[in-house]
Amino acid sequence: MSGFTFTIDGAEISAEEGQTIMEAADAAGVYIPRLCDHEGLRHQGGCRVCTVKANGRSASSCTEPAAPGLAVESETPHINKLRRDLVEMLFHEGNHLCPICEASGNCELQAMAYRLDMTEPTKFPYLEPCRAVDASHPDIALDTNRCISCGRCIRASQDVDGKGIFGYVGRGIHRHVAVNAPALSDTDATVADFAISPEVCPVGCIIRKRQGFERPIGEREFDKAVIGAEIERKRDE
Amino acid sequence: MSAAAPVDLGEVAAISARYGDDAGRMLDILRDTQEAFRWISPEAMGLIAERTGLSRVAVDGVASFYAFLSRHPKGRITIRLCDDIVDRFAGLEAVTRTFEEELGIRVGETSADGAVSLETTPCIGLCDQAPAAMINDVVVTRLDAKRVREIVHGLKAGLSPEDLISERFADLSPYERATHMVDNNIRHAGQVLLGPVPEDAGLKAALDLRPGQIIDTLEASGLRGCGGAGFPTGRKWRFAAEAQGDRRFVMCNADEGEPGTFKDRVLLTERPDLVIEGMTIAARAVGAAEGIIYLRGEYAYLQPLIEETLARRRADGRLGKAILGVEGFDFDIRLQMGAGAYICGEEGAMISSCEGLPGEPKTRPPYPVTHGYLGCPTIVDNVETLCHAARILDKGSAWFHAIGEAGSHGTKLFSVSGDCLNPGVYELPYGLKLSELLEMVGGEGAAAVLVGGPSGTMVARDTFDRRLTFDDLATGGAVVVFGPERNILEIVEYYISFFVHESCGYCTPCRVGNVFLQRAIAKFRAGLANPEDIDYLRDLSSTIIETSRCGLGMTSPNPILSTLENFPLVYSAMVKPSGDGLRATFDIQSAIDDARKLAHRRSHIFDRDFTQ
Ligand SMILES: Cc1cc2nc3c(=O)[nH]c(=O)nc-3n(C[C@H](O)[C@H](O)[C@H](O)COP(=O)(O)O)c2cc1C
Ligand code: SF4
Ligand code: SF4
Ligand code: SF4
Ligand code: FES
Repeated sequence: MSGFTFTIDGAEISAEEGQTIMEAADAAGVYIPRLCDHEGLRHQGGCRVCTVKANGRSASSCTEPAAPGLAVESETPHINKLRRDLVEMLFHEGNHLCPICEASGNCELQAMAYRLDMTEPTKFPYLEPCRAVDASHPDIALDTNRCISCGRCIRASQDVDGKGIFGYVGRGIHRHVAVNAPALSDTDATVADFAISPEVCPVGCIIRKRQGFERPIGEREFDKAVIGAEIERKRDE
Repeated sequence: MSAAAPVDLGEVAAISARYGDDAGRMLDILRDTQEAFRWISPEAMGLIAERTGLSRVAVDGVASFYAFLSRHPKGRITIRLCDDIVDRFAGLEAVTRTFEEELGIRVGETSADGAVSLETTPCIGLCDQAPAAMINDVVVTRLDAKRVREIVHGLKAGLSPEDLISERFADLSPYERATHMVDNNIRHAGQVLLGPVPEDAGLKAALDLRPGQIIDTLEASGLRGCGGAGFPTGRKWRFAAEAQGDRRFVMCNADEGEPGTFKDRVLLTERPDLVIEGMTIAARAVGAAEGIIYLRGEYAYLQPLIEETLARRRADGRLGKAILGVEGFDFDIRLQMGAGAYICGEEGAMISSCEGLPGEPKTRPPYPVTHGYLGCPTIVDNVETLCHAARILDKGSAWFHAIGEAGSHGTKLFSVSGDCLNPGVYELPYGLKLSELLEMVGGEGAAAVLVGGPSGTMVARDTFDRRLTFDDLATGGAVVVFGPERNILEIVEYYISFFVHESCGYCTPCRVGNVFLQRAIAKFRAGLANPEDIDYLRDLSSTIIETSRCGLGMTSPNPILSTLENFPLVYSAMVKPSGDGLRATFDIQSAIDDARKLAHRRSHIFDRDFTQ
């Protein structure tokens, strides 16, 4: 494999052929915001929060190949404004009442809003979905009213667990995550599945029963450090 | 619905077996299942999943994506009214009302006896003879209340949709059937496509050349794609020819979904041989042995004509093995029917659809020329582009290059509809002024013209001297004329709703952002917008354009942006500063409506007429 370099916001980044912009950035300790991409899962390129300008053109950095000499802009006020708009869209597409949500403090959507300075009242209308909560499974509950359609559970179950418990159904604004059976209890899902593990669903849709609030709010992942800090720490090392 | 046809799982199994239980042919399996039973029942879905080795939710994902597939029982006859803005302006409302009255059901319903479903669908490519509708696979045009009554009485008397077209439908040739249903409305035949065309002259000339020379000829001609993006066709073919791969594919994009576009319909009716000739030349040039024509579900009435043409060409050695006696030149084509999804006109989505997946665009890069259908090098070209290619091989690149002007060579088919005297198809050299076209079509009184469909530009009277070229007003062919009596915001709201309906939902900005645009325009129409809402529209539009994953989202705000630019007064006339200091884009009346209904009373504070 041949190595080469390109730049992100002026800083030189080394990359290998076949790497995406985001993969190369991660390795170099440069964090690019993301929601649908997750290490170990196929890229989807759907949330668009990782949008950058590559030689002036918009691209999703989780799918765009790094290329020799490419000039990538990422942390500019304009691009962060685009990202904030996208995060706001996701908030308004679903029902997000953080104070009563089990995911609060561990939630990547919420953490991304903080990182992107989503501090003013938002301007979009609320779409207020009304989907039934699936609590049929003895150990797992599914509330897709908070779903951001990142598809991480779908890819995790399909590609890692080899089960295919989740899938997208519908088109456009009606597209949503569905279960491969009338209810979750009719599937072979277990809490041991990677798809059900806390790291897969970035928000609070997939709930492991009897584990809620084990760690109090205030002591959770993003209560301690801003999202992306793990990657950025690499840079300081 | 009680009268749903019982689903014979044995027959479902037979349908699946007919396609080799191949998950890659899922769209065909589901289309045939839909046709046989008028829905795709949970049991059918389960069986298909089992036989094709997919999960049930994956099959459901396909079934729920396409508008012509249904997970609820539909009537034996499904009537789909074309709900384009042109049809609305041509009297759709009266047509709809008459259908509803005569059938005793509302749009969206199925009759209790399971006989008929009534629905609406976006543009079906018949704007030049609106209002139009599909009755199963048959189309009816120029509807009015009287014709609707005839149709419903006929259906109730037991006539089939085909009987409505002609008593001797069965005796007609596929071409006669198509032209009994639909007028071509060729208003101006140019020298390239719609004038006299000698049969297979281009293919014969191509077979005297090496593949590389075919591509050289196309590059020299200046031909650019007619599907909207205008990519140089020769260059696309060269990329595919040079790409690594054991199999290569040629795909013909006959999805023609951009509202107001219907020129491919006319080419497929009048020049089916030329389309296939173009594909065969492309196959020779890039080294493909397999081709696919992707025909939109709305054009199912053209399916027999295309199948007949393919069969005829196979029979006389112009498709299949050793074409025209050239050893080693093998090429055949399958026809893939779509099922009601505009996004499938986007080349990546079209490939997904042909692979049996939901019609979602592919991640780019890689591009189809290197990683297309089944991951193999694939060229996707518009119907008209392929016809041009065949003509260029016959007449030479210099001939084509001399027509039109620098950067925009040759002729273009324009589909003209709306408020003009002579709607139809016009083949004209590139470079004409819009005003010259309007004169030809009898549309001089226009107040606004939409060039290139909703993803194109809405042009105002003061700039009708703009020119129809790739560099000025680029278009895949749609020219929709609006008279001064039309409401621009109504048109804009219609088109933005079209994009909401047709977004695939894969990416956030297009899936969600377009709904917000739709709501904001509705607010303007209701007179509830504030001056800040104009900035809001601009701002939201630019986020959608800059972050969307494919061309649909990258152009969906165009109806708004181009009218903000060219018809600013339409917006400023509708806004009023808010006196109560309430936040812009917040509509208090609709926000409290639910509470009002629950409480069975109006609001002291917000209902001005409370005392009445
Ligand atoms: C949302 C969307 C819809 C499209 N619909 C069509 C279509 O109906 N017909 C078409 O030929 N091209 C359509 N295109 C363009 C195709 O993606 C592609 O560029 C075209 O088929 C290439 O053929 P050409 O080079 O011959 O124009 C569409 C593109 C987008 C983004
Ligand atoms: S999922 Fe995240 S953003 Fe949504 S309510 Fe829960 S904590 Fe808040
Ligand atoms: S349920 Fe969670 S993991 Fe699955 S798509 Fe929705 S947000 Fe993503
Ligand atoms: S822009 Fe729209 S149509 Fe294109 S991928 Fe995104 S959601 Fe789908
Ligand atoms: S992280 Fe790249 S599109 Fe979601």
